[in-house]
Amino acid sequence: MSAMLDIPEEDRLILEAIEKWLERDVRPHVMRLEHADEYPHEMVAQMREMGLFGATIPREYGGLGLSAGTYARIVELIAETWMSLTGIFNSHLIMAACVARMGTEAQKRHYLPRFASGELRGGLALTEPDAGTDLQAIRTRARREGDAYVVNGTKTWISNGIHGQCFALLVKTDPEAQPPHKGMSMFIAEKGEGFTVSRKLEKLGYKGIDSAELVFRDYRIPAANLLGGEEGRGLQAALGGLELGRINVAARGCGIASAALKDSVRYAQIRRTFGKPICQHQAIQLKLGEMATRLQAARLLTYDAARIYDAGRRCDMEAGMAKYFASEAAVENSLEAMRIHGGYGYSKEYPIERYFRDAPLMCIGEGTNEIQRIIIARQLIERNPA
Amino acid sequence: MKVLVPVKRVIDYNVKVRVRPDGTGVDLANVKMSMNPFDEIAVEEAIRLKEKGAAEEIVAVSIGVRQAQETLRTALAMGADRAILIVATDDVHQDIEPLAVAKLLAKVVEAEKPGLVIMGKQAIDNDMNATGQMLAAILGWPQATFAGEVTIEGDHALVTREVDGGLQTIRVRLPAVVTADLRLNEPRYASLPNIMKAKKKPLEEKTPADFGVDVSPRLTVLKTREPEGRKAGIKVKSVDELVEKLKEAGVI
Ligand SMILES: Cc1cc2nc3c(=O)[nH]c(=O)nc-3n(C[C@H](O)[C@H](O)[C@H](O)COP(=O)(O)OP(=O)(O)OC[C@H]3O[C@@H](n4cnc5c(N)ncnc54)[C@H](O)[C@@H]3O)c2cc1C
Repeated sequence: MSAMLDIPEEDRLILEAIEKWLERDVRPHVMRLEHADEYPHEMVAQMREMGLFGATIPREYGGLGLSAGTYARIVELIAETWMSLTGIFNSHLIMAACVARMGTEAQKRHYLPRFASGELRGGLALTEPDAGTDLQAIRTRARREGDAYVVNGTKTWISNGIHGQCFALLVKTDPEAQPPHKGMSMFIAEKGEGFTVSRKLEKLGYKGIDSAELVFRDYRIPAANLLGGEEGRGLQAALGGLELGRINVAARGCGIASAALKDSVRYAQIRRTFGKPICQHQAIQLKLGEMATRLQAARLLTYDAARIYDAGRRCDMEAGMAKYFASEAAVENSLEAMRIHGGYGYSKEYPIERYFRDAPLMCIGEGTNEIQRIIIARQLIERNPA
Repeated sequence: MKVLVPVKRVIDYNVKVRVRPDGTGVDLANVKMSMNPFDEIAVEEAIRLKEKGAAEEIVAVSIGVRQAQETLRTALAMGADRAILIVATDDVHQDIEPLAVAKLLAKVVEAEKPGLVIMGKQAIDNDMNATGQMLAAILGWPQATFAGEVTIEGDHALVTREVDGGLQTIRVRLPAVVTADLRLNEPRYASLPNIMKAKKKPLEEKTPADFGVDVSPRLTVLKTREPEGRKAGIKVKSVDELVEKLKEAGVI
């Protein structure tokens, strides 16, 4: 909370409202929903009422137009309570960001207000069974037929795949194009005939939120839904959303790392061994000291990347650093929290094991941490020619 | 009908308070402050009256340090229409006493002419439970304290009060002062769009001098100290032993 004292009044009011919601309507239900892997319908309705589905959508299209800095703090706060919830609005907002950035005026007018109100929710459909990091290797194909395209292929791991209605769908419009990205296009795809969910995917963590495999079989989509009205700009659309996406994943990492630290600080004062609270044992103090420092560093990297993003400057290197560091901080802090909690850290009656299951996803999503370091190195070389 | 809702900025109920080393009170520098929870209930009730068509305008008023502006913005984000801030001190540690607050509120009432003042039954910082009653006395208005339910019927309000041993329903003529108890309602949290809109709602700033009210303290705090820590308990083996121990302790 101390981190909140020096932020602008309006942002603080927003964060306070969110905190109240988390306290009253989220925290009491997380354990049950998490362990039943149940979709949080009520919380989604409340997030809609609060306006979260329009958080970063420009005001002129019905959104709140929040800065990346404010948005990152919101994400962090929610992730601290239940990381899964952040995925429900984040991939939705990245889809919206694609439309806001690359869509035609007609597409923006048609979709953004409905995205902002949460009437139409969804996410990003990029990954396929045989292509994740290497998006140019995707095989989903859209063929032009008159004033429509016919789509065939499979997408996997799609967050909000079951409960969402609309997806930013990356396809190949020309599989022979060289370089391959010139044959890639993005569609705003609403569910309909030929667009089905084949199954819900079971996973280690990130419970409650639906990850699904989507199948397209002769799915006809109007040519008007081709993002930007032009073929060949799909990869650009997909990659352009990644800076904000990475700041968001970094913020989620901060949230998990912070929850792990908070729980540990509390527990270390209550749990006693050998006649004293374990926080008085040096071995535990070393852990707490490292965890707190790691969290602080992760936060500063995240806020800094957001600040550069908000200033309208290129921040792929900074966002990559934040995403890489904060996600690793989440993994390390959750493991340390587990050690501090001893057997209880391994128990499903405590939230520590959840942090431990949720944290590794932060290392995979929005570009794996391997790729982040490669991006950082490339930028380093580019910015510092010998 | 216009509804006036006084709101106070107090230390957040989740903060573990610390007594200042000099014993003059609780440390309020750099701690999280929020709207007094009972005032939040009062704001919510005013909004519900408006939604039911029983009220047209909600004016929130706060008296204290300039930072209470934030508390007023919260009230505006929840649904109040405009706000009045009376900056009565620069010192976050100076509590404006109930009588001074009541006098200032009486002046605001004179100027605004509301049909109803609804406020928290007490502030969670000093637990005085006095301002509403004093205000009603100064104005010569009826009062209905500890409200658990409020219904407006023409020029009267039907108020169910939470009293020791049960509920009491009274009818008071309007204008009146009503103080809100915990179970009156569950306040809404402001939506994000409403927080952004609240920034544009009118917030007027005044000083006690504008109303000719002297807010200098009349009470002297002699000492503030933390509550005694709880002593460790003991385990008893049987009901007989329990009864014996309770007798020993002189509690039965
Ligand atoms: C819970 C969950 C939710 C998801 N949600 C979505 C979603 O909503 N939408 C969506 O489109 N996708 C989603 N994904 C997919 C996710 O984005 C991919 O899993 C991720 O991009 C990695 O791709 P991959 O799994 O195919 O791994 P691969 O690309 O096969 O990578 C395997 C390994 O090789 C490494 N590697 C790959 N290329 C290189 C290289 N050039 N140099 C060095 N190392 C390399 C990777 O870092 C990784 O360690 C989700 C995944 C999960 C687990």
